[in-house]
Amino acid sequence: MKSLGRFYLIATLVFLYTPILVMMAMGFNESQLYELPFTFSMRWYDALWNNKILLTAGMNSIIIALITSVLATALGTMASVALSRRTFRGKSLLQLMLLPPIAIPWLITGTAMLIFFYWTGIGRGMHALLIGHVALAIPYVVLVVGTGFRTIRADLEEAAMSLGSTPVHAFFSVTLPLLYPSILGAALFAFAVSLDQFVISYFLATPGYTTLPVQIYSSIRKGFTPEINAISTVLLLGSMTVILIFARFAKPGDTSDKR
Amino acid sequence: MQNDQLTLAPARGPSGPRKGRALPPWVSTTALLMPTYGWLTIAVFLPLLTMFAFSFLSATPMGKAPIIFTLKQYRAFIDQPYLVGIGITSLLIGFWTTLICAVLGFLAAVALVRSTFGKTREMLLILILLPFWTNGLVRVFSWTMVLRENGFLDSLLHMVAPDAGSIGFLYTRYAIVVGLVHGYLPYMILTCYIALVTIDDAIIEAAASLGARWWTILFKILLPLAAPGLISGAVLTFVPVIGSFMEPRILGGRVGVTMGTVIEDQFTQAFNWPLGASLSFTLLAVVLAIFATFSGVLRRGTTA
Repeated sequence: MKSLGRFYLIATLVFLYTPILVMMAMGFNESQLYELPFTFSMRWYDALWNNKILLTAGMNSIIIALITSVLATALGTMASVALSRRTFRGKSLLQLMLLPPIAIPWLITGTAMLIFFYWTGIGRGMHALLIGHVALAIPYVVLVVGTGFRTIRADLEEAAMSLGSTPVHAFFSVTLPLLYPSILGAALFAFAVSLDQFVISYFLATPGYTTLPVQIYSSIRKGFTPEINAISTVLLLGSMTVILIFARFAKPGDTSDKR
Repeated sequence: MQNDQLTLAPARGPSGPRKGRALPPWVSTTALLMPTYGWLTIAVFLPLLTMFAFSFLSATPMGKAPIIFTLKQYRAFIDQPYLVGIGITSLLIGFWTTLICAVLGFLAAVALVRSTFGKTREMLLILILLPFWTNGLVRVFSWTMVLRENGFLDSLLHMVAPDAGSIGFLYTRYAIVVGLVHGYLPYMILTCYIALVTIDDAIIEAAASLGARWWTILFKILLPLAAPGLISGAVLTFVPVIGSFMEPRILGGRVGVTMGTVIEDQFTQAFNWPLGASLSFTLLAVVLAIFATFSGVLRRGTTA
């Protein structure tokens, strides 16, 4: 039974990774029509290097992801402090309100944003994308930092205050350093969420200001070239790296108390 | 209770009371919460309300055209019967994707828990989850490389049987389901794994020592105990799948018409925002009904 289980897991990994590896390999294949036999070539990476539209869109994606990461982490951490350490009425309602951005299909959220931003005159473009991306990333930040809070004992802060520290000082000198790995993890998480976000961006982008996933989507639909494989490979490796770093900072399933 | 301690604690400290400095706790609590909830209000809640209002308009408000409120957008399923078929297609795609994910994901989680341990298990789990956090669009695109005519699948076949025809099935509903299963399988494996990993080995050993065969253990012990994980995994697969539009577009081609693509069209091609809004809200109602039905299971799943 054990070897059957392992075989099944390997089959699952083959299913999960085969298309990704094939896609990556085709980025190094000479043929424009993805024809075999395979002939190694860097042609599509050279072409990518000269493709201003894709590179600009990629740059936009990174800039948006960086700003989103900073804003969402700042706002989300503040909210997490209140939700984890304070008691007040309506708290469970506020926690429930974090779910819609995650749980409602992005198609619905995205089209709703499009209507609202159009109607209020906020419009589309970079600022609209930022409003949307930060809203999507905040719930993840609150959850990740909130998990961090659960592993830190509240009485450490109280001990500091009973020794004469002000609440603010106690927070910054005791709680924040202990929370630092979670906050960093949350920031990386927010970065990845923004970098990979397509649906919301698709509705809020303008012809003049797009992000990489939006540009990839329109290229795929137009009839594609292996340049898309090249940029997709770069994007995949990029987000995989971010997630692996995140996994190191906030080990999933790690319940050991940091005391 | 914690609030009282927070404000009282400094007064007990050796540096003496600091009267008049401490604000009531609700002020700082509000200040901490305002930015996040203000942001969510502008970016998510007000837009949803606006869309709800839009779904009652007779046409997209442009220029000086008078704004007329109507219920006709919600009659779309009666007025345009082809929408019913599209709705059924979406539900069927959601059903099959969820079912296949549940079977494959449950078995993978059982295999993880029963056949691996320690570092190997950790490695396998990270490898399984890694694709989930990469760009979904790129993963869907990568399936076109495999499923197209003369794609990777055909190349594999032609290695074994050079004269065989093409078995590539890009631009079919099967291709859509395969792409969606690929996208949501890691999530199902994770939720089932979380449910299964807490099962005490002693239970299974006891069953085995009492003569239970492996299928008895699988169906009478593991499956019921994994049920919360299976249900939350199923909900979290089904909900995004019935709202998907890029997977049907890219993998389904001309047959890939679903609720998702119809809604997308209303906003990007047809410019009939009120119809798009009412279809979106119909979809949202289905989603909320599913969440409400399974909220008990989902809550246990997230707080465990």
